[in-house]
Amino acid sequence: MTERRTMTINMGPQHPSTHGVLRLVLELDGEIVVRCTPHIGYLHTGMEKIAESKRYQQVIPITDRMDYLAPLSNNLAYVLAVEKLLGIEVPPRAQVIRVMLTELTRIASHLVWLATHAIDIGAMSVFLYAFREREAIVDMYEQVSGARMMSSYFRVGGLFADLPEGFERTVQSFIASFPDRLAEYEDLLTKNPIWIERTRGVGVIKPEDAVDLGLSGPSLRACGIAWDIRKSNPYSGYEQFRFEMSRGTHGDVYDRYLCRIFEMQQSVAIVRQTLESLPGGPVVVADPKLIPPPKPMVKQSMEALIHHFLLWSAGFTVPAGEVYQSIESPRGEYGVYLVSDGSNTPYRVHFRAPSFVNLQSLPRMVEGRLVADLVAIIGSIDIVLGEVDR
Amino acid sequence: MDNLKEAEEDLTVSKLREGFPEATFSVRSFRNETTLLIKPGDLIRICRHLKEDPGLLYDFLSDLTAVDRLGDHPRFEVVYHLYSLQYKRWIGLKLHVEEGEAVPSVTSVWGTANWHEREVFDMFGIRFEGHPDLRRILMPEEWEGCPLRKDYPVQAAPKWWEEGTAGD
Repeated sequence: MTERRTMTINMGPQHPSTHGVLRLVLELDGEIVVRCTPHIGYLHTGMEKIAESKRYQQVIPITDRMDYLAPLSNNLAYVLAVEKLLGIEVPPRAQVIRVMLTELTRIASHLVWLATHAIDIGAMSVFLYAFREREAIVDMYEQVSGARMMSSYFRVGGLFADLPEGFERTVQSFIASFPDRLAEYEDLLTKNPIWIERTRGVGVIKPEDAVDLGLSGPSLRACGIAWDIRKSNPYSGYEQFRFEMSRGTHGDVYDRYLCRIFEMQQSVAIVRQTLESLPGGPVVVADPKLIPPPKPMVKQSMEALIHHFLLWSAGFTVPAGEVYQSIESPRGEYGVYLVSDGSNTPYRVHFRAPSFVNLQSLPRMVEGRLVADLVAIIGSIDIVLGEVDR
Repeated sequence: MDNLKEAEEDLTVSKLREGFPEATFSVRSFRNETTLLIKPGDLIRICRHLKEDPGLLYDFLSDLTAVDRLGDHPRFEVVYHLYSLQYKRWIGLKLHVEEGEAVPSVTSVWGTANWHEREVFDMFGIRFEGHPDLRRILMPEEWEGCPLRKDYPVQAAPKWWEEGTAGD
């Protein structure tokens, strides 16, 4: 018999290890994946279309809902894009707080990745531990913004409000205990023979393929390519902070794991520096056309009343033009392409979502591997379907 | 746009002119971002040059999208954002296309363009010539209309929903 018979099966869209509503059509030869075709769009909610009918500040909550594991990273990219169009820079205190919170977000996001990735491969305890630590960060979101997940804390022109009383102490105690906790997770996994067996040499992608397919973030660095937007095109004052870029060598699932663990350690280092260097001063720009006046002033000053009324009824206008602002989100390059026609709503917003682009390299990683490896590989590229489908 | 002014010749532009004298393009600079306005016919050759010239090496296509300028002619803008990983440089490319006109696909230059071009096709209905697998990506295959066009309503239900004929 020379005829080769393959079987086509559906994985997802409701499969627990596809991390959301991802559907993969797999062509199998025995247990080997011959072809893998992703089908996406189940979570498409037209966020770019909706953004075209919102005022500039009103788009911020939409960005939260895209990558719901790293809401503040998305907020940051969007507000930086609008600020670039406006040609303004936020005060130093706001910049440092933004860096502090986006790095905490990176830790929180990587913890969810670690938890779900580990449970996919069968390591239950890591799941429970990682969620415990993530809870501490989610509590911090709640302290600053009032919301645990959809925080929308950053605003065009600065922040929603200054940090609450005692917040720095909360962060301090978290970063004091977190490195030891992270070492415990490493004890559970890094040298664990079962973990290594499941991840080492699995889902390998060559560096040239990774660049060709636009892979970014830890998955690209795991191939040995030194590319981190915080280093190459610093934003929000990242150039002031000392940290190292994660680097892998093999481009496999294990190296992606090591890269993300290393990034969490580096994020702790950045958060520590932000606490040490946190300047005083305002957290919003001094521009009454952009930032609503303090409430008591509205009752005393005619000017303030007019600004208040205009900002809450019509918002602010942004000069015509277009910009592209990218940041290093926990998943890779998160870019915002923003086109303004000079009015108070964006003419066009495009979100370059890292999960969408990274998912495209999945077939390259899984074809020729076992079905069981597929689960490990999906976990290792760390996708969020809300961001894939937007 | 008024505040888009002719850019000073930056390194990428001078190198591109040097290595590729016959190409016609204009340069715009806004907020320290340089964008080259090119013609669809030159797209593939310029992209290849940007990617392969040892002094440029724009090997990373980070983003590809479109803008609908309803009322203008040509109607659409297709935008490309490139990074050079080695030189840590950024450049944007832009071309104008009329409705119904096809754009050459850059999938042969950067593999990542595959899904981006499918998304633009899905959302704007712009066809990419030479694309290996041009079909809708986010919307259902049988969907009518292109949601990100400016003449498509923000809130609209498909016909089968309005008529209650789902599953027929």
